[in-house]
Amino acid sequence: MAEATASASQRLVLWLLLAPALIWLFGLILLPHLDLALLSLRERTGPGEYAFGLAQYRTFFTEPLYWDVFVRTATISLIATALTLLLAFPIAWTIAKLTRGRLSALLFAVCLIPFWVSETVRTLGWMILLRETGVIPGLLVTFGITEVPIEMLYRDATILVGLVYTSLLFMVVPLYGSLESLDDSLIEAAYDLGGNGWTVLRTVVIPHAAPGITAGCIVVFMLTLGNYLTASLLGGKNSLWFTEQIYTQFITRFNWEQGAAFGFLLLVLSSVMVWAGLRLSGQRFSDVMSRT
Amino acid sequence: MTTFDLETKALSKHFATHTAVDALSFGVERGSFFSILGPSGCGKTTLLRMIAGFIEPDGGDVEIGGRSMRGVPPNRRPVNMVFQQLALFPMMSVGENVAYGLARRGVSRIDRERKAAEMLERVGLPGSAAKRVDQLSGGQRQRVAIARSLVLEPTLLLLDEPLGALDLKLRERMKIELKQLQAAFGTTFVYITHDQSEALVLSDRVAVMNSGRFEQLGTPQELYYSPATPFVAGFVGANNRIDGQVSAIDGDLAEIRSAAGWTVKARRHGTLKPGDAATAFVRPEVAVLARSTADLALAEPAAVHQGTVESLLFDGANSAVLLREQASRCEFRVALPQTGRYADLKVNEPVFFSFAADRAVCFAAGSSHG
Repeated sequence: MAEATASASQRLVLWLLLAPALIWLFGLILLPHLDLALLSLRERTGPGEYAFGLAQYRTFFTEPLYWDVFVRTATISLIATALTLLLAFPIAWTIAKLTRGRLSALLFAVCLIPFWVSETVRTLGWMILLRETGVIPGLLVTFGITEVPIEMLYRDATILVGLVYTSLLFMVVPLYGSLESLDDSLIEAAYDLGGNGWTVLRTVVIPHAAPGITAGCIVVFMLTLGNYLTASLLGGKNSLWFTEQIYTQFITRFNWEQGAAFGFLLLVLSSVMVWAGLRLSGQRFSDVMSRT
Repeated sequence: MTTFDLETKALSKHFATHTAVDALSFGVERGSFFSILGPSGCGKTTLLRMIAGFIEPDGGDVEIGGRSMRGVPPNRRPVNMVFQQLALFPMMSVGENVAYGLARRGVSRIDRERKAAEMLERVGLPGSAAKRVDQLSGGQRQRVAIARSLVLEPTLLLLDEPLGALDLKLRERMKIELKQLQAAFGTTFVYITHDQSEALVLSDRVAVMNSGRFEQLGTPQELYYSPATPFVAGFVGANNRIDGQVSAIDGDLAEIRSAAGWTVKARRHGTLKPGDAATAFVRPEVAVLARSTADLALAEPAAVHQGTVESLLFDGANSAVLLREQASRCEFRVALPQTGRYADLKVNEPVFFSFAADRAVCFAAGSSHG
């Protein structure tokens, strides 16, 4: 009897501890999404009259603009993820393997400092640097590289720079974790057995860091795909970014049904890409999640 | 003329605060098992890593197979290393681990799979190529680590205390296995360890290292029976140590009187004159124990000492008894005879003991480097 009561009270404690998370999951994620799902599946038949239908999804596939923006957003996000990985790997390697103690903590802090400033301010900082009358075009003219100041904003490359900059830390952290756990003697052994820098990286370092690499890529891809601010500020109003389309539907055109459908399509897209990424890299979801 | 697979010439390495390796010159004969024995911090790891190429020497040179290794990176040296924690690649199968070096040399997949399988068979692990590393026991991993290196047919195999991580029973077995593997392959092994038993059992020649220099280089028997320095006498095997002053010289023998007033005789090493500070070493198995002076059956007359039993150290064939010498209260360890005689000794029992002076050795205090 006493044992039964003890286990019952333990279970109660467990539920109480889980309650905030469950309320959060249900109230802020599940409920709005259910409502959005219902919203996306209704058609306006007349003023104030609605019926069930797939018209919003049909629009997405029949209207080339939406589909193109969708593909474009995914492509740029993939490129941004790849660039972030390439840039973050040497940084994480330096912090994990080449520096010790205070210096490595300092380098971590340097990666973190940009995040003390709000994303809006950071992005506006890029605008100050890159706009036609900004710092970098001015310098280019001063050094005689260009004749007249050039507008560096509102280009795809600019969006990429902004996205990579915003995402860097989220790649460095999981990479650092997985590189830090790599035993130095494995690298030495590979080198001792005749490996060179490239083969040691390919055969020992990358396989070991694979869960961290995948975790970082998933996080960064999700962040860039769903990024609104960087894309619209650095890419301009015509940056053709998918989250911007959603925003437009909801806020400008007040077409909540269409916006909800786009939101769902984005969710499906990112889920499919993550699933494909895991399959391609041969990683297990649970391994990867324990690294994030 | 003997051929050396490894020769160092005035090899040195200094770190900010100390000298890790101090102008070492030595040679390792082809096909021999060579050990470097020393306490931690003596510089043996630095020496090994310089031979492997992971550390650049400050001065001197390493020659492997008669070729200078100056400026040759570790992946180009005809040397392979078995790491302390073995460093097997956990992301690869056992077969891939063994074939790793072959793959780096551009050997075709079929050839390297065949060679890896052959090598695994030679080390007694046939058919385990497809296994994961974590499916192997400690001893099996050890053999994979050695197979992974030997498949490349190196001139020299370096082993960095590979038995350190194993438990005692397995370590004893792996010692024998290592010796058999070395004999079967005929590759020159350079082995570093702080465990004198490993060095004595395994090696053809042993160098005892201390503070960056070799105290003595010789066969295990030479190190044990005729240590050249007090450090070697104290480090290799168990030894009783008696510090004192030389009170008399009698040919090859010196009489040493400890501060507490105990006088012992020992074979002198180097020049000693009366009044010099000196240290005598007496091995526990050199001394003979008896309950009465009449029982001390000595081949030749020797001084008889008196003591009481302090504690009994039973360890099967290595059993010993710790005594206190009557007058000086000096601690002295005597091995018990293997016949089981004196197995009934009691603590505080008075006993007599004696040892042949020419089987004990003494050095001038603080003398080093032969």
